[in-house]
Amino acid sequence: MKVAIPVDDKSMSTSVSQSFGRTPYYLIYDTDSKESVFLDNSAIASQGGAGIKAAQTIVDSNINAIITPQCGENAAEVLKTANIKLYKTINFSVQDNICALNDGKLPVLEDIHPGFHGHGGN
Amino acid sequence: MKVAVLSGKGGTGKTLVSVNLASVAKESLYIDCDVEEPNGHLFFKPKNYASESIAVKIPISDEKLCSGCRKCVEFCKFNALAFIINKLIVFENVCHSCGGCILLCPEHAFREKDKPIGQVQYGVSENVTVMTGVLNPGELSGVPIIKKLLQDIVNGPELIMIDCPPGSACIVMESIKDADYCILVAEPTLFGVHNLNLVYELVKLFKKPHGVILNKCVEGENPAEKFCIEKDIKVIGQIPFDSALGTLNSNAQISVRENKKYHDLFSSILQVVTQEGSHETVTNP
Ligand code: SF4
Ligand code: SF4
Repeated sequence: MKVAIPVDDKSMSTSVSQSFGRTPYYLIYDTDSKESVFLDNSAIASQGGAGIKAAQTIVDSNINAIITPQCGENAAEVLKTANIKLYKTINFSVQDNICALNDGKLPVLEDIHPGFHGHGGN
Repeated sequence: MKVAVLSGKGGTGKTLVSVNLASVAKESLYIDCDVEEPNGHLFFKPKNYASESIAVKIPISDEKLCSGCRKCVEFCKFNALAFIINKLIVFENVCHSCGGCILLCPEHAFREKDKPIGQVQYGVSENVTVMTGVLNPGELSGVPIIKKLLQDIVNGPELIMIDCPPGSACIVMESIKDADYCILVAEPTLFGVHNLNLVYELVKLFKKPHGVILNKCVEGENPAEKFCIEKDIKVIGQIPFDSALGTLNSNAQISVRENKKYHDLFSSILQVVTQEGSHETVTNP
């Protein structure tokens, strides 16, 4: 299974990013091969709809699950349509979250926040 | 004559000014363009109410025609489109109705559908015809509603008061585009000066003749007045901070209809506005 985590930096010691749609990078971790790669988030510079674009990228990268502190409703709709599982981070440590995932201890993400569309962007 | 009333933020007395100036005229049209929070109608309580729904065009794609080329997804700069498991999804709450994807699709897979975003309401209150724009909560932009409000007024009465949304965003620009004169309402505080400057910059940009009404005036120094003197902006009226006016206002009563003192105050302001608005090019080149 491949999971994506929004992260602040391209390094294993980085921490989890606060935002799913506007994070600079995703850490893609393969639970079978234990390999990690980093993915640039091209949606970060978007005027609007960053969550949708980011979610599209995740879907296109054949990701099976994401681990994130929060997620907007539009992005969540894209991810759920593609049958991608949404987990909630337990803290800001990438390692802790991956361990918790492996142990089956990550909670499912429940609080999907409504978008802030049009309030600031234009 | 079309007179737009602006302020940098809500609650400065923009509606108080618009409503009372409209009421003090012999005959007028009051247009509430503050579509996110229209409250002029609370004062006018208009009769003969009618309303019209306003919609924008949203694309919907036909699954059978779509080839999955994703050209539309890449094109939409608002990211309102996603292509997930062989199916195109349109996010209506993000779409800006630009129509680009519809034109661009090589398979002509898109149709348009109407999405209601709000209404325009019509009514009459004594000498004032009242038009109110209402934007549904959560909608992106009230500009289509403002356009509708302002396009209908070609044969309006002598005085048309346009109660603008607060601030200086594009929706305000749309509201003042055709105005002959702009009134800036300012509060007598430093923060009030900041807000006044926002709308002052805007009317300067649009080269609109303008004047300031100082609201909530008390004895002593008024930073907003000082700002007007420094920038050489004409102060066309001062509204005192008094409890009788406050009470009328908070009871949603129109003060010029209730009290002769305010009737005289707003009549004299309207007179100045009429004069200034008619020789605009001379006073504000
Ligand atoms: S451009 Fe047309 S054919 Fe291509 S993905 Fe979009 S809707 Fe489908
Ligand atoms: S109409 Fe414009 S904003 Fe809406 S989905 Fe199509 S391209 Fe995007």
